[in-house]
Amino acid sequence: MIDERSIAAAKRAQTSERTRSESWLWSQVAVLLSQIRSMAEVFLHGFRRRETIQYPEEKPYLAPRFRGRIVLTRDPDGNERCVACYLCAVACPVDCISLQKTEDETGRWYPEWFRINFSRCIYCGLCEEACPTYAIQLTPDFEMSEYDRRNMVYEKEHLLISGTGKYPGYSFYRVAGRAIGGKDKGEAENEAPPVDVRGLMP
Amino acid sequence: MPIYVDNREYPAAPEKNLLEHCLSLGLNLPYFCWHPAMGSVGACRQCAVKQYRDERDTEGRIVMACMTPAAEGLRIGLDEPEARDFRARVIEWLMVNHPHDCPVCEEGGECHLQDMTVMTGHNYRRYRGLKRTHRNQYLGPFLNHEMNRCIACYRCVRFYQDYAGGDDLRAFASHHHVYFGRHEDGVLESEWSGNLAEVCPTGVFTDKPFSKHYVRKWDLQSAPSICVHCGHGCNVAAQERYGRLRRVVNRFNGDVNGYFICDRGRYGHGFVTAPTRVRAPLLRTGNRELEAVGVDEALHAASEMLAGRVIGIGSPRASLEANFALKRLVGDDAFYMGVGGPDAAALEAVHAIRTETATRAPTLIDVENADAMLVLGEDVASTAPRMALALRQATRNRQKAIASGLGIPAWLDQPVRTAGHGQLSPLYVATPVPTRLDAIAAGIFRGSADEIARLGFAIAARIDARAPGVDDLTRDVSELAARIADALASASRPLVVSGVSIRSVAVLEAAANVALALGAKLGRPADLALALPECNSMGLELLGARSLDDALEHAERQPIRAAIVLENDLARRMPRAALERFGERVEHLIVVDHTLHATARAADLVLPAAAFAEGDGTLVNNEGRAQRFFQAYVPDGEIRESWRWLAELARRRGIECGWASLDDVIADCAASSRRLAPIVDAAPGARFRIADRRIAREPARYSGRTAMHANVDIREPKPPEDPDTPLAFSMEGYYGPRVPPALIPFFRAPGWNSNQSVHKFLDETGRALRGGNPGVRLVEPGADARRAYFEARASLPPSGDALRVVPLADVFGSDELAALSPPVAERIPEPCVVLGPADADARGIVDGMTAEIELGETSLALPVRVVPGLAAGTLGVPIGLPGMPFIAAETAKVGGRGTAGDPR
Ligand code: SF4
Ligand code: SF4
Ligand code: SF4
Ligand code: SF4
Ligand code: FES
Repeated sequence: MIDERSIAAAKRAQTSERTRSESWLWSQVAVLLSQIRSMAEVFLHGFRRRETIQYPEEKPYLAPRFRGRIVLTRDPDGNERCVACYLCAVACPVDCISLQKTEDETGRWYPEWFRINFSRCIYCGLCEEACPTYAIQLTPDFEMSEYDRRNMVYEKEHLLISGTGKYPGYSFYRVAGRAIGGKDKGEAENEAPPVDVRGLMP
Repeated sequence: MPIYVDNREYPAAPEKNLLEHCLSLGLNLPYFCWHPAMGSVGACRQCAVKQYRDERDTEGRIVMACMTPAAEGLRIGLDEPEARDFRARVIEWLMVNHPHDCPVCEEGGECHLQDMTVMTGHNYRRYRGLKRTHRNQYLGPFLNHEMNRCIACYRCVRFYQDYAGGDDLRAFASHHHVYFGRHEDGVLESEWSGNLAEVCPTGVFTDKPFSKHYVRKWDLQSAPSICVHCGHGCNVAAQERYGRLRRVVNRFNGDVNGYFICDRGRYGHGFVTAPTRVRAPLLRTGNRELEAVGVDEALHAASEMLAGRVIGIGSPRASLEANFALKRLVGDDAFYMGVGGPDAAALEAVHAIRTETATRAPTLIDVENADAMLVLGEDVASTAPRMALALRQATRNRQKAIASGLGIPAWLDQPVRTAGHGQLSPLYVATPVPTRLDAIAAGIFRGSADEIARLGFAIAARIDARAPGVDDLTRDVSELAARIADALASASRPLVVSGVSIRSVAVLEAAANVALALGAKLGRPADLALALPECNSMGLELLGARSLDDALEHAERQPIRAAIVLENDLARRMPRAALERFGERVEHLIVVDHTLHATARAADLVLPAAAFAEGDGTLVNNEGRAQRFFQAYVPDGEIRESWRWLAELARRRGIECGWASLDDVIADCAASSRRLAPIVDAAPGARFRIADRRIAREPARYSGRTAMHANVDIREPKPPEDPDTPLAFSMEGYYGPRVPPALIPFFRAPGWNSNQSVHKFLDETGRALRGGNPGVRLVEPGADARRAYFEARASLPPSGDALRVVPLADVFGSDELAALSPPVAERIPEPCVVLGPADADARGIVDGMTAEIELGETSLALPVRVVPGLAAGTLGVPIGLPGMPFIAAETAKVGGRGTAGDPR
């Protein structure tokens, strides 16, 4: 059945074919011009300063906030910063961090073991963002290729460095209310001395 | 009756407050001090809402939702800016002194304070002044104390003191110095202290054993489970991480345990990880020591041992399925319950009472609603602690009745107490030794089991003249009997409580007679609660088995090739001499158990059984409620459920059970007896799905999946299959408000990470989970009640210079398994016998002295504690304490060869 709608459609198709062949011509001209320009630019680059460096003989500069190999840092007193709060583990979108809390005899929390499976890690930095103690930090080291995936599993002894990393001053236990060896109740920042419960003063 | 919340109409009931209503309606209203079981005190000011007189009222006023009863047409604004702002300011005040502790706080991730802070939107600290600090206390093996985190909601003392009757936790000092703790460092005495970890909305009180191997709640794989440490059958959640059971927490069941479990239940799970655990089959070849062997070798050895006459000894602490499998393996005639002597007789009496009389086993709510109570013979606070806690609440019903007469609703805690003037509903305690319920008792009777039974019979006879009585009572006793009888008879919901720990059939029958007499008066079966010592004592009785004594006799009659002992330490069930004789008559002893106890050490083969958190099964509690417990995790080693071992042994003996999964065993077990038929409905079967999904055992935010096994295998293992239950060992699966009540692995709701989220799963606060409280009652009264009354027995035996032995239960020490748990073990007292002052004097014994105690054939040197109030002529002997032998003797002699110890 031929109705008005199909006739109109056929007409539209005729006109659009004409305009299409014209625009095709112009586009070919444009392509030609852009190729000429590209060739010119490539030629000119031969005279510019080189961006490529001779990696691995030469190392690139990477900003401190670069998200590479993860480390566990120490606080300014040289103690392990990680308090085994599990926040990095729960923040990790690929679930590649796992650890176990333990405690020293003075009540200080730290991880009994701490494991990152770097063959799963996507270097998103969410663990670092979640960490309340600045313990876990991503570093500008990305050279972690291995032939065997098992070598990508890092335990605490592989992760723990001796310094403070990017955040030199911070020590969680100086702020926290929990007493640990060397810091009694009332000795943290902004703390009043412990209340004498038997005191009669109002 | 409608109320209007933010201009939307909702149905409401006048007996509840606005906070309860808002929570029941699924609205999020922050609160701290209100507790569904403890009512309101209006201490924290957190639950503020705007209340309007009517539609025309545009001003309104701020009220505390928890202190305001719902009323016809009441209009409140939850979302009003003023109310929101008020709530945010309250949190800000509470946070002024709050330490910067969340990362090192065991409450973190399940902290009600965190949840409420997020809910109110307070997120930035403005206060710059000094924070007040407190010193912590040592509170014993169960709880950590970190007072800095307190927000002074008073929930801890309200629970510990007002609700659970403890008196060594108090509020000290005033204003922002207020301190919650003991008067000095020391062990919190109450057996309810562990609940503080759940009741306290902050991290002041936290679970100490859990803290030692702490992980966050979101990392715990959980399963619905049942406490295995007494016959009450509290519902708990067993929670695991990295292959190790980490903790047990309360799981709400309004009919069994509500919001609380006792410390034996909370901390007793340590036996699962204790060094006594069996993880591989152990075989003795020749005369050598037991050695770990492979499964094939063990099963091969077993088939050889089983060639011949085999008997099976079941266990009141093994699941119905395991006992049933053993029964199938050895045949009905060769299956014995692993309980003998006086204990078996008492259990049989309970069975008779439950199935043959028109008495009713009360639920927890029924106990809490009782208005006159008689405890006959049983130290419930030590043997069924949760029931004792409910009795304690029941004594407050008089106050509630007085208050309600004055128009004060029951949830208005302080006014109810004030109006009640400390009056208590009558509770009578008749026990041989002082109990922790004595302090709230209206009357106390001390006597030997027979004297208590006589009192019981006299009470029954006084209530209903048709009940057989006893004569020749002393005047005091008959007066007391009359007083108790009148109190019970004039009550509308009287309750009789007894139990088997006193090992007296007469006492049980006397208790039944009192309940029957009350039933005759009430015209309906009266409530009779019977405390049983073990988690499946009732199930074993319903399954049907003969006493252990019959097994010994069987062994005497004919030599036996092998005895299979299921989850049972016979050294706790029969005297050593009998045990040795039994060992001689039985060629091979095969033990299926999770713990290496004396019997297992003497066995030729030990098959490692799953502990409660590692397997599934059904237990029947003392209410006759069949409840299913579920596996929380797959344990390391060659551990299997007992029924699987037994089905395999049966197969090797040529008995094909055809059981592929737990459901098959349950179906067969249910088909085996009319009474057990309903156990199928205790929980949905393994094929149950929600939207084609299993129920997830792990929270959605379970972490570390790709790292926790990476040191072993870099590829993530496939989650274990679970053919037995509709739960998945995975974070994938359904979790939410549609989980059937028997399958709820843990409680959590969006914005409610703490256990306060329970209310999102409830039909009505404090009563029932949506879909009904889990479990099915197997024994209902009346249907085939054959018996009118039991004959009165217990004429008093002549008293020589021998003392009547009364068994002493200890809340921590009397349970075999809990006693293996290190924190519980710390709380177990040294075994000692107790003696009344007169008897002690007569024997020249002073408190603390060590005396030679002759108990039948056994003779023990034990310290003597002189306890005022103990009936003359009785000697309390601890039963089941670690290090104590089995004692069945009814009388004892205390030798004069006493040596002076350190008098206490
Ligand atoms: S978030 Fe930081 S402190 Fe917490 S466990 Fe991870 S590394 Fe340790
Ligand atoms: S009590 Fe709650 S808010 Fe306070 S430190 Fe602990 S987790 Fe954080
Ligand atoms: S210790 Fe916990 S329960 Fe007690 S008042 Fe403080 S916050 Fe409330
Ligand atoms: S021991 Fe008994 S009362 Fe205590 S939690 Fe377990 S079942 Fe409940
Ligand atoms: S919950 Fe209402 S004032 Fe505390």
